[in-house]
Amino acid sequence: MSSSAIFPNRNVLLLVAAIIVLLGSLLLPNAAYSQVDTFEFDTEEQQDRFRTLSDELRCPMCQNSSLSGSTGGVAEDLRREIHRMIMEGMSDSEIIQFMFERYGDFILFRPRLTAATVLLWFGPLLFLLIGGLFAFGIWRRARKITDSDTQLDKSQQERLQQLLGDKT
Amino acid sequence: MSNFKFYLPVLGFVVVAIALWRGLFLDTKTLPSMLIDKPMPTFELTSVDGSGVSNSDLPDQIFLLNVWGSYCLPCLIEHPTLMRLSEEGEIPVVGVNYRDRQDLAIDWLADNGNPFAFSILDESGRFGIDLGVYGAPETYLVDADGVIRFRHVSVIDETVWQEQFLPAIAELRAEGT
Repeated sequence: MSSSAIFPNRNVLLLVAAIIVLLGSLLLPNAAYSQVDTFEFDTEEQQDRFRTLSDELRCPMCQNSSLSGSTGGVAEDLRREIHRMIMEGMSDSEIIQFMFERYGDFILFRPRLTAATVLLWFGPLLFLLIGGLFAFGIWRRARKITDSDTQLDKSQQERLQQLLGDKT
Repeated sequence: MSNFKFYLPVLGFVVVAIALWRGLFLDTKTLPSMLIDKPMPTFELTSVDGSGVSNSDLPDQIFLLNVWGSYCLPCLIEHPTLMRLSEEGEIPVVGVNYRDRQDLAIDWLADNGNPFAFSILDESGRFGIDLGVYGAPETYLVDADGVIRFRHVSVIDETVWQEQFLPAIAELRAEGT
């Protein structure tokens, strides 16, 4: 009994492990979907920057994929532009600015912090706070309940007996 | 007071439900253009018929800039509207031949008619990037000073012309541009 409390069940453990592995795989970059371009770079670092940028910029035409994962015409053009700008020595922020000036917030998978995106960035924190306050309130009220609150006084006992008596 | 507390979750549900219900009908496909109220990007390119074109060739009155391609089926749907606007002299139309091939573009215009004062040849799509184009057809309304004032993504038919472009043009005229 005591050991099975710690290790509930082999099957349950396996199931939990499988779920963790599956959820973990969602975090891996979806390299399998990347488009293959024949861009040439001088250094590894340039190539890494290209990958990061084309993963973090969104294809304007095919909505839910990144530039790296899209076969769309405009995505192809924009990847070519990123390559050109990297080779011309522009910084990542300059390249992102270039994209932003033409395609707006939409193209950024990591939206900038503006008045319009404040809720997007801090909404989850807000909800966590609200939930936390509720949980705290419930906890505080639960602590106030003492034994005397759950014990019946004499007249209540009598009433209870009466009610039970009626049943039989 | 306790009554209010009791209905709080219900109220929360209603608020979230209304927000999500509205969300179902939001248009997330159409991107707002970043170039509204900005001047047309500068260009020095060739036109589909092979002559050199630049910003100075643009009409010095309100005009339409229409992004098209011979591969683009919706462009065929809007073509009669562009032809009518151009033939009746209602508004000049300048084309951007986007990610196409020059010979195919020439054939397409010969087959379907040419409503364009000229068409900027943008085989690489590079000029399209400066415009923030993400696919043909797109139509921009440009004022007499060469400033972009309105963009419509996808087909411009008579209904879109009447309901979206005419009011936008009337507004520009009222401003005196």
